[in-house]
Amino acid sequence: MTAAALETTAETPSPSRRRAWMRSDEARGLAMISPTFLYALALLFLPVLIVIAYSFWTQNYLDIDRTFTLENYRQALTEPIYRDLFIRSLWISLTVSVVTVVFSYPVAWFISFHGGVHKNLWLFLITVPCWTSYLLRVLSWKVILGYGGVMNTGLISMGLIDKPVTSLLYNSNAVVITLVHSWAAFAILPIYVSLQKVDRTLIEAARDLGDSRIKAFFRITLPLSLPGVISAFLIVMIPTVGDYVTPRLVGGKDGVMIATAIQAQFGKAANWPLGAALSVTTMVLVSLSAAAVVFALKFTIRRIK
Amino acid sequence: MSVLLRRLRVIPVLPVYVAVYFLFLYLPILLLPIFSFNNAATTTFPLAGFTTKWYASLAGNSVMLNAAWNSLIVGISVSLLSTVLGICAARAITRYRFRGQRTAAGLIMAPLFLPEIIVAVSLLMIVLAMGVELSLVTVILGQTVFCVPYAMSVLVSGFEGFDRSLEEASYDLGETAIGTFRRVTLPVVAPAIVSSLLVTFTISLDEFILAFFLSGTEPTLPVYIWGQLRFAAKLPGVLALGTIMLVASILMLTLAEILRRRAERRTQLAHALP
Repeated sequence: MTAAALETTAETPSPSRRRAWMRSDEARGLAMISPTFLYALALLFLPVLIVIAYSFWTQNYLDIDRTFTLENYRQALTEPIYRDLFIRSLWISLTVSVVTVVFSYPVAWFISFHGGVHKNLWLFLITVPCWTSYLLRVLSWKVILGYGGVMNTGLISMGLIDKPVTSLLYNSNAVVITLVHSWAAFAILPIYVSLQKVDRTLIEAARDLGDSRIKAFFRITLPLSLPGVISAFLIVMIPTVGDYVTPRLVGGKDGVMIATAIQAQFGKAANWPLGAALSVTTMVLVSLSAAAVVFALKFTIRRIK
Repeated sequence: MSVLLRRLRVIPVLPVYVAVYFLFLYLPILLLPIFSFNNAATTTFPLAGFTTKWYASLAGNSVMLNAAWNSLIVGISVSLLSTVLGICAARAITRYRFRGQRTAAGLIMAPLFLPEIIVAVSLLMIVLAMGVELSLVTVILGQTVFCVPYAMSVLVSGFEGFDRSLEEASYDLGETAIGTFRRVTLPVVAPAIVSSLLVTFTISLDEFILAFFLSGTEPTLPVYIWGQLRFAAKLPGVLALGTIMLVASILMLTLAEILRRRAERRTQLAHALP
């Protein structure tokens, strides 16, 4: 669709008009963006198309059978192991995104309304930890939550517990905590941007007309910052569903997510079509659940009177 | 209810909450440096005394040094490539209006909204389907897809507000296109470009999933670290290496931020001139 749209704009009839068009903003803009656009087309769009194509094929040892089949999707959706992994991955990514947005909103609000002249410094301090190595951050949570880790040995040396708590690491809670920590900045930034756009005089007007501080927040600030909340939610939920490192390092047996199964199809198990079908199913399922939550969110906010 | 509200106003709830939130963000990251200087092979409290032996052990580790060299090559290539591509896209978006602009920008920014494993798997499939051998080159090509959105957002904020009339004035006064770029455009946007180079280098240095899928037999530092995590005895060395990477990342990000702000101030200044 995108390529077609670009082509139609490139078709201009007479030579003189074509020359005029070549000098126009439109032609220059297209020429300017084309290297980046073509790069993304070749190394993002095309590969995704190939994944979709593979998901309808079958693999016989080293050969690929290119006859159309839905067998991979049948396996992906009905085999209990994949079904459980999908449910758990969606549940974890949903929990992580909701928790991240809820806990980050007050911080974004604080920076936007009380950040003073150093707003940029606040935002920078928020983003620094999130831009350091993801692998190292997950590793440090493993160090914190482990059996002989910081939390347990710290609590023992303070005399609060007398033997290590085993339930901290290697379960889905550990995965949720680690992911919330990793994605905090990605939630704060979009919420902050939309809060900055909220017209402060509207809040003053609501206060002057007798709304309490809290009521004014729920009736003015929150609905107006909804676009930021929604993009924060999407930018956390969609990538976390396919997270590979966190479940592998802190998830243990109870925290395995779908990415591990996808990776296995490209490694040891070597069934590309099934791996492709699992990838496509993940994307479709996470998009549907994200759309459902966004719809529910908009509906609830609209009901606030 | 009203008593509770009055009390809430006395205690600064929100500032306290923000402080706790910052602790939550920073404490886990501070643990790595603390234990990298700890004179014990385990990560337990109380600490066992100060040592720099884990750092000394890194110097003689040829596998690690090789991975560091790979990371450096990949990081420099990715930052150059993605910044050049980012400049094209950012310039097109801030300077021109054209049909298909939103679609093109949407596709370029898409990696931000996709699970990284799906980007990695799809790249792996196309690379292997074309019969290309996995190497540092495939890592560079893959990480560039992932870094362009970040380069673009840094550059767009640097290019936005750049006054076109400055360039036009330069043309009118007889300067060539190249001369105008070198003497008018470049000085204004240079900080944003350097900032983009630093940010993308940092992302590449820390990026794991794409490197893990696409690196073949030549590991980058994160891939090397991943391999070491299986051995509990290697943990202190990994912590020391991680601390060095952490400090390098934070230094580069701070420098990038300072430059980005300078770029912002410069474009604002150019605006303020009559």
